[in-house]
Amino acid sequence: MTTATPAVARAPFDRALLLVMPAAAFMLLLFIYPFIYGLLLSFNPKNGGALANYTHFFTTDNLWPTIWTTLKLALPATLINVGLALPIAYKMRNKSRYQRWVTTILVVPITLGTVLIAEGMLIYFGPKGWLSQFLQLIHLYTGPIRLTHNFWGVLISLVISGFPFAFLLILSYITGIDPVLARAASTLGADPKAQFRHIYLPLLAPGLAMCFCLAFVQAYSVFPSAVLLGSPAGPTRVISIAAYEAAFEQYDYSLASAIAMIMGFVQLIIVAAVLGLRNLWYRGPVSGGKG
Amino acid sequence: MGGTAKPMNTAGSWFDRAWRGLLLGTMTLFVVNIGLIIAAVATSSFARRWLGTWLPDGWTTTWYTEAWREFQLGSILWVTVEVVFAVVLLALLIGVPAAYTLARRDFPGKRLLLLLFLLPLMVPPITYGIPMATVLYKVQLAGTIYGVILANLVPAAPFVILVMTPFIEQIDPNLESAARVFGASTARMFWHVLVPLLAPGILAASLLVLVRTIALFELTFLTAGSDSQTLVVALYYAVFAAGVRAPQSVDAMAMVYMLVTLTWLLIALRFVNPTQLVSRVKEHPQPAT
Repeated sequence: MTTATPAVARAPFDRALLLVMPAAAFMLLLFIYPFIYGLLLSFNPKNGGALANYTHFFTTDNLWPTIWTTLKLALPATLINVGLALPIAYKMRNKSRYQRWVTTILVVPITLGTVLIAEGMLIYFGPKGWLSQFLQLIHLYTGPIRLTHNFWGVLISLVISGFPFAFLLILSYITGIDPVLARAASTLGADPKAQFRHIYLPLLAPGLAMCFCLAFVQAYSVFPSAVLLGSPAGPTRVISIAAYEAAFEQYDYSLASAIAMIMGFVQLIIVAAVLGLRNLWYRGPVSGGKG
Repeated sequence: MGGTAKPMNTAGSWFDRAWRGLLLGTMTLFVVNIGLIIAAVATSSFARRWLGTWLPDGWTTTWYTEAWREFQLGSILWVTVEVVFAVVLLALLIGVPAAYTLARRDFPGKRLLLLLFLLPLMVPPITYGIPMATVLYKVQLAGTIYGVILANLVPAAPFVILVMTPFIEQIDPNLESAARVFGASTARMFWHVLVPLLAPGILAASLLVLVRTIALFELTFLTAGSDSQTLVVALYYAVFAAGVRAPQSVDAMAMVYMLVTLTWLLIALRFVNPTQLVSRVKEHPQPAT
């Protein structure tokens, strides 16, 4: 944006900048300040030196493995959500009478809420639930179904609540790509597969990266479903449970802040990796603008 | 399912057909199972006694009246309405002007500012929720409805900015220049030119923030006191302390929650095409003149 520089230089202060101030001030006050406060608090433990909380976290057996537990849940859930949403959204990219209809149906799970999903899964997958009765009826499988109170229960609930979100976001990115580009490509003999590979995918890369990050944040901070559907003491003891316990059961805000900081740090590493990967694929504006 | 008008599927090889079948199958499996999960909760919430049979012995609505009385659903719903509308209004009030500046101007520090608005959406709510709750408790706002509103505003305001920026970028800046030429002040230009043009975007953003805020669990959970719980948090506590209460009344409450969100989402879908959130399609390519 070199053209804008002289204008900025001429006018010493642009009054439009005032418009961004309230939002910026709010974020500084309620996001950055607490964050710094928490960071400082985490280096100020109840007892021990500045790093006591962090050494405590990485040497305690029910704390540090929570990082892997969380990642083992969040990464597959995100991959499934984005991986499922991409082909389905691509199929739905053209306006048709199905598009609105299917979108509405696929969006309904957003409204369910973790508790309803959890309750529903406990009943539906339960030992006397409809699924097990149905499987017994058709003699497919008669053993007990173990899809709740473990890893799978949490994963399924993450997919149910996360997929519609990923789908909507990807669909809105895909429909934002000018179909003229694909039409031009098909004039030159590209079949849908080639169109996807050479036109949609590169233009979608930033949207996909964004979607992956947002879906990952959702799955990564899984809290209620890990408690209600998993086994919060064992295989689904995710990091947010550890942080919550430290803050509101042991009232050790310093340790809780330290866990929160570790949690944010791991998350940012993943996000940075995804955004870095994106740059390998894509350079240029998403909408094609006025070109 | 394809439903495309264009002759793109001419080469219908077995691979394409298998792929389409697989997609359709996955989607059907997903939708059917979710439908059954909802139906299971609905059945249970109306069931007199339901033990290991296909359908319960008898039907009743007492669980709903019981949930309403026991969980004080009336006051919880009222708190939810207050929180959600306050958050939507405040988020629009500070978000839309900020989105305008970010869409139109280029200034030093813009990237830093964008990062500031992107971070709350990229950092898990628990991560910043715990320090934020600590600070809010220190200034004695946590536990009150104001604390809950402020906490929910942290992800809501950046979300409005993120949704609104592409909407504003689509508006031809010449319209603003034209308004200027006719002598409109910034405020008049904003109200008479930008706001009407932005109405669909504002509606979309506010409905999305609304649905998100109803569903946002963590931040409310961390900051709410006993009389400032929203529906999600009350629901979680109801399940968490399940031993005392009949699971059916929790199911009834979960159904109420679903109906509340579903109503709003269906309203949202009437006004907002979800496919146009990020950017709009040019449906009719401009003729090359």
